[in-house]
Amino acid sequence: MAVGQPIVGAAPTEIAQQVNLPWSKAVEISINSVRIRFGRSLITASGIILAIAFLMSIWTTNALIAELKAANDPAINLQLQRKGIDVDADSEAAAQERSKNMWLVVLSLLVCLVGITNAMLMSVTERFREIGTMKCLGALDSFIIKLFLLESAFQGSAGTIIGVVVGFLLTLIINLVSYGMVIFTHLPGLELLKNAALAVAVGSLLSLFGGILPAYKAAKMEPVDAMRLEV
Amino acid sequence: MAVVRTQEVKKVYKMGEIELEALKGVNIEIEAGEYISIMGPSGSGKSTLFNMIGGLDKPTSGKVYIDDVDVAQLDAYELAWLRCRKIGYIFQSFNLIPVMTALENVTLPMVFAGLTSDEARDKGVVLLDKVGLGQRISHKPYELSGGQQQRVAVARAMANDPAIILADEPTGNLDLKTGTEIIDLLREMNKLSGVTIVTATHDHKMLDVSDRVVWISDGRIDRIIDREDLKIEVGTIDGKTE
Repeated sequence: MAVGQPIVGAAPTEIAQQVNLPWSKAVEISINSVRIRFGRSLITASGIILAIAFLMSIWTTNALIAELKAANDPAINLQLQRKGIDVDADSEAAAQERSKNMWLVVLSLLVCLVGITNAMLMSVTERFREIGTMKCLGALDSFIIKLFLLESAFQGSAGTIIGVVVGFLLTLIINLVSYGMVIFTHLPGLELLKNAALAVAVGSLLSLFGGILPAYKAAKMEPVDAMRLEV
Repeated sequence: MAVVRTQEVKKVYKMGEIELEALKGVNIEIEAGEYISIMGPSGSGKSTLFNMIGGLDKPTSGKVYIDDVDVAQLDAYELAWLRCRKIGYIFQSFNLIPVMTALENVTLPMVFAGLTSDEARDKGVVLLDKVGLGQRISHKPYELSGGQQQRVAVARAMANDPAIILADEPTGNLDLKTGTEIIDLLREMNKLSGVTIVTATHDHKMLDVSDRVVWISDGRIDRIIDREDLKIEVGTIDGKTE
């Protein structure tokens, strides 16, 4: 399949050649699309920013408190107890607290997934003419899927990174107010980095999943939709 | 050589229990290099026929040949290829991709067709120059007037040197003067590169440049008039189409 050969002079019945959309071009188009529709992208991304910030703040708090407990410093233990935190990590109350937090995180991520899907579906519906036009220009279903998934992934990863930073900084400030400068000497750097990387992975995957249904819907639009005048 | 041929094309739309016959057996041959206008009131089947010719819709029965290829036999990949290489589309509402510059809009079909970025860019610049927008290649659609947007659309339709340009009410959203300019531009492209132009239109300005005019009414071809005969009939055109 010689893509890119000039077709001039080919016999009319030989429709063996295929149209293609190189990845580099697809990435360029979808990044532009996100950049230019920045306001709309920000709304889509804000869901994931909030959810990931929440996830990150839970993780940061957990890691920080675990580190403070591990220090076994009487002064810090006193402060922890004053905040109502059980110094004994194996107690039932601590386990309950952890599972409750996990539930909240999972729920917030689910809500975020629905939010992304919803926002992307809106965006697909709005852009029916653009999608129809692309199909008239020779785009395959797979091009449209590629473009929308990339767009969703870019929004998702940008949102996730912002969410991680925001979540971490906010938690740091809150704990700084609670425990003072001591948190900097007990900052679990490696653990936090691991958490951040995990949060980025979760957020990016989530937005990719959220984009699947809208991308499929977009790909199934007919080229003749380009001629429609109304939504 | 006929670039488009239809044989007894029928199209039936099912709307719940009711069957609506939009086309009731249409036979038409469009020659390469022709400038042809399809006229008819809304609901006449004009759009349906137009979409068939453009490979956007398949007939319920009968055959549509584009460049001697039976459209019904094509799979999704071949149809996309046909749309990309053989047909250029022009729309009433211009339909430029809003996030792309004029040049990017023109080069998009070339990218699909497999040209490299440099080849596409060079060709795109030449095409935009041809339609008189050489100075505005990096403008976004919203920075261009309606007439300029439609010029970009003409350049985009010409991107892969198609056999046919399909223009759906290309002057419908333009004022009188700009509309005339677009019609002249289409005619010029038609003469220069020999591309076949098929328009669906209400615009009587279009009749002056058309080689043939096809009137559709009630799912059938009402009559086909050559341009030589058209001038004489001008007085009656208004009466027939309104």
